[in-house]
Amino acid sequence: MAVTDTDATERVEPEPLAAQDPSLSPVVDHGAVTTHSPVPKVVAHRAPETPADHVEREAARGVKLAKISRTGDRIFRSLATTSGLLIVLLVLFVGIFLLALALPSLQADQDSFLTSRNWTVSGNELRFGIAGLFWTTVLSAVLAMAMAVPVAVGVALCMTQYLHKRVSGPVSFVVDLLAAVPSIIFGLWGLTVLGPFLAPAAAWLISKLGWIPFFERNVDPKGSVFVASVVLAIMILPIVIAISRDVFAQTPRDHIEAALALGATRWEVIRTAVLPHGRSGVISASMLGLGRALGETIAVMIILTTPSAGSPFSPSIFAGGETFASKIANNAAEFDSPSKTGAYIAAGLVLFVVTFAVNAIARIIAERGVES
Amino acid sequence: MAKQNYARRPMNRLVSSRAGKFAALAALATFSLTACGSDPTSASEPAGAEPGSSANASGLACPAGKISAEGSSAQANAITEVIADYNAECGDKATIEYNPTGSGAGIKSFYNGLVDFAGSDSALKTEMKDGVIEADKAKERCQNNPAWNLPMVVGPIAFAYNIDGVDKLVLNAEVLSEIFNGTIKTWNDPKIAKLNSGAKLPSANITVFFRSDESGTTENTTKFLSKAGNGAWKDEPAKAWTGTGEGKNKSSGVAEATAGTKNSITYIEWSYAKDNNLPTAQLDSGNGPVELSGDAVAKAVSEAKVKGSGNDLSLDLKYSGTKAGAYPALLVTYEIVCSKGLAADKTAIVKDFLTYFSSADAQGKLPDLGYAPLPSGLQSKVKAAVAAIQ
Repeated sequence: MAVTDTDATERVEPEPLAAQDPSLSPVVDHGAVTTHSPVPKVVAHRAPETPADHVEREAARGVKLAKISRTGDRIFRSLATTSGLLIVLLVLFVGIFLLALALPSLQADQDSFLTSRNWTVSGNELRFGIAGLFWTTVLSAVLAMAMAVPVAVGVALCMTQYLHKRVSGPVSFVVDLLAAVPSIIFGLWGLTVLGPFLAPAAAWLISKLGWIPFFERNVDPKGSVFVASVVLAIMILPIVIAISRDVFAQTPRDHIEAALALGATRWEVIRTAVLPHGRSGVISASMLGLGRALGETIAVMIILTTPSAGSPFSPSIFAGGETFASKIANNAAEFDSPSKTGAYIAAGLVLFVVTFAVNAIARIIAERGVES
Repeated sequence: MAKQNYARRPMNRLVSSRAGKFAALAALATFSLTACGSDPTSASEPAGAEPGSSANASGLACPAGKISAEGSSAQANAITEVIADYNAECGDKATIEYNPTGSGAGIKSFYNGLVDFAGSDSALKTEMKDGVIEADKAKERCQNNPAWNLPMVVGPIAFAYNIDGVDKLVLNAEVLSEIFNGTIKTWNDPKIAKLNSGAKLPSANITVFFRSDESGTTENTTKFLSKAGNGAWKDEPAKAWTGTGEGKNKSSGVAEATAGTKNSITYIEWSYAKDNNLPTAQLDSGNGPVELSGDAVAKAVSEAKVKGSGNDLSLDLKYSGTKAGAYPALLVTYEIVCSKGLAADKTAIVKDFLTYFSSADAQGKLPDLGYAPLPSGLQSKVKAAVAAIQ
C-alpha cells in the first residue's frame, strides 16, 4: 500500500495521455475515460484522504490502481474445490449405488448374510452369505503379505543401503517393470508354470503337516489358495518395494553418519537408524499392497479351484475357494435377474467396506508414525 | 513432509497396472475367440443336412444395411463363422453384429428393442419369471406380432475324460449322474465296469471338474442328467453346478484342468474337447454305445417334438430312450425373431441372413466348429419359417 500511495501523484500525470491514446496504458478503463471529466477530480486530489478514498477516486476517474488480481486464484480455487468435491461425491455415489442394488436381495436373503457359506442366487429362494468368500479373500491376501513384505523390505534395504547407485538404478527399473505386468499374465503364469512347479513342495508340506487343518489336502494343489497367494505376493512386491525404497532413501544422512561414528556396523546402522525411520512408511506400503491383494480379480479367478456347493468348510491353505472379486468377475456374464445381481453386488459392498477399513488403518498407522 | 512424496508415486503404479488389466482382458478375449474359431479338425461328415434341401447360397438377396443381434455365447463361434461366410457370399453388403453377452441378456435386449434378433439356448419363456413373461414382452416389441424361436445351432455336450490307457469309455446318463453327484467315487466302480467290459479301469478316485461360472452348458447338462438319469440326478437343472467336484473358470478352464489331471472327467462343449485332444465318453441310452458325432447328434435332435405352434419351432428335446445311433446330450440354440413388425429394411437382412444360416451350405460347415447341423426335417421347417417372416 505504501508504494501505491507514493505513486499516486505520479499516476495522475500519464492520465491525459492515456485519454488520448488508450492503448498506451493497460490499466485504463475505457468506458470510464469517456464518461468522466478529469478536471474536478484533480482538485479533489489535494484534499486529505485515506487510502480507501484514494482507490475509489482513482477508479472513478477511470484509472485502476495496480491491484493484485484475484481472478486466477479464484478460478484455480474453484477448480480444485470442484475436483475435491467430485471425488467425494463419486465414492458416495458408488456406495449408494451398491447399497441400492444390494438391499432388495439382502432383504430377500433366507440365510444369514454374514455367516452363511451358501450361494444360491438363482430361482425363487435366495440363500447366500459371504463367510466363505471372506475367509478366502482375507487368507490369500494375508498370506501374500506375509510372503511379500519381508522380501520387499530386504530388496528396498539392499537397493538403498548396499548397492552402488549405478547398480541400484537398473534394479529399481526392473522392479518398476514388474509393476507393469498385467495381472492376467500373472494369472496364466501361476496356472501353467507356478502351480505345477509348487505342487511337489505342497505335496511335501501336506504329507508332513497334513494333520493340522490349516495344511490339510483339499483340492488339486495346482489351484489352491497357496498358489494364488504366492502369485499375489509377487504382484504386490513392486508396490511395497517402491514405497519402502523411497522411505529408506530419506533416512537423514546425519543419523547414519552418527551411527557409523559410534562404531556401528552396516547392519547396526540399518537397525538403529534406517528401520526406525522407515517403519511407518513400510507399514503404509504394506497396507497399500494388502488393498491390492484383497481386490485382485483375474489372476485369482484363473488360478483358484472352486469347491462344489455344499462341500464342508476347510481352513486349509491347500483348499480352493473364491474371493469376493473373483466370484463377481466369474459370474458377471450371467447376471440375468435383479435379485441375482443384487446378491453379487452385496458381496461387492463387503469388499468395499473391507478395503475402506484397510485404508483407514493404514492412514492411522502412517499418521502415528509421523507424529512420533 | 516426506510422506506425501512417496505416497503419491505408488498410486500411479497402481493405476497403470489396473489399466493394463483391462487391456490384457481384451487381448485374452480376442485370443480365445480366435483360438476356438479357427481350429481345423477332422470331424465327421456334415451328413443329415443334404437330403430334401434344394436351395443353396446362390439364392440370396443380399440387401444392404445393418442389423445387430445379441445373446447366447454357446453359439458365438458358429454365428461368427456364418456371418463371415454370409458376407463373403454377399460381398460385404450388409453389416451383421453379434454380441455374445449370454442368453438372458440377449432376450432382454431384444424385447427392449436394442437388437434386431436374439440368440438364446432356451426358447422364450411363456410363464412368469422375475416379474416378466418373456414371450409377451417379445410380442409387445414386435408390435403385437408373436416372436418365433427358430432352432439354428445344435451344440453337443461332450463328457471328456483323462484316464491313462483308456481310450474308449462307455457311460450312460444314470452312471454320469452318480459320478457327478459323488455317489460313484472310483473308476473301477462295478457300475462303470458293467458298461465297459474288458476295459482296464484304474482304482483311482474320480476327479470331477465343473464350471465355476454360471453357464448354459451346466444347465443343459443337468437337464439331460435329470431327464435321462432314472432319478439319479435329484437337483433342479440350473446354471450353477450343484454336484460334486472342483470348479474351474469357463470352458477353457475345465478343459485345461481335465487335460492336466489324471483320472478326471468333465462336461464341456464338444469344440473344447476337440481343441484339447480330450477323449469323449460314448453314451449308451439303452440301444448300445454311441460315439459323439455330428450325425449322432442330428439324429437325436430329429426325435425332438416341436412344442411351439405354427412357425414357432421351440423344441421339446428327447433325452432318454432315443433310437440306436443317437447322442442325446446336447443343447439347441435358437434365433429369436419377430414374425412381423420389425422395420422393413432390417427384416430383409434378418430374413436373408437366416435363410443362409439354415441352408445346407452353412449348416454343413458347423461340425468343423464343434457343432452339429440341424437334421434335414427340422432344417426345412426352419427354412419355411424364415420365409414366412414379414
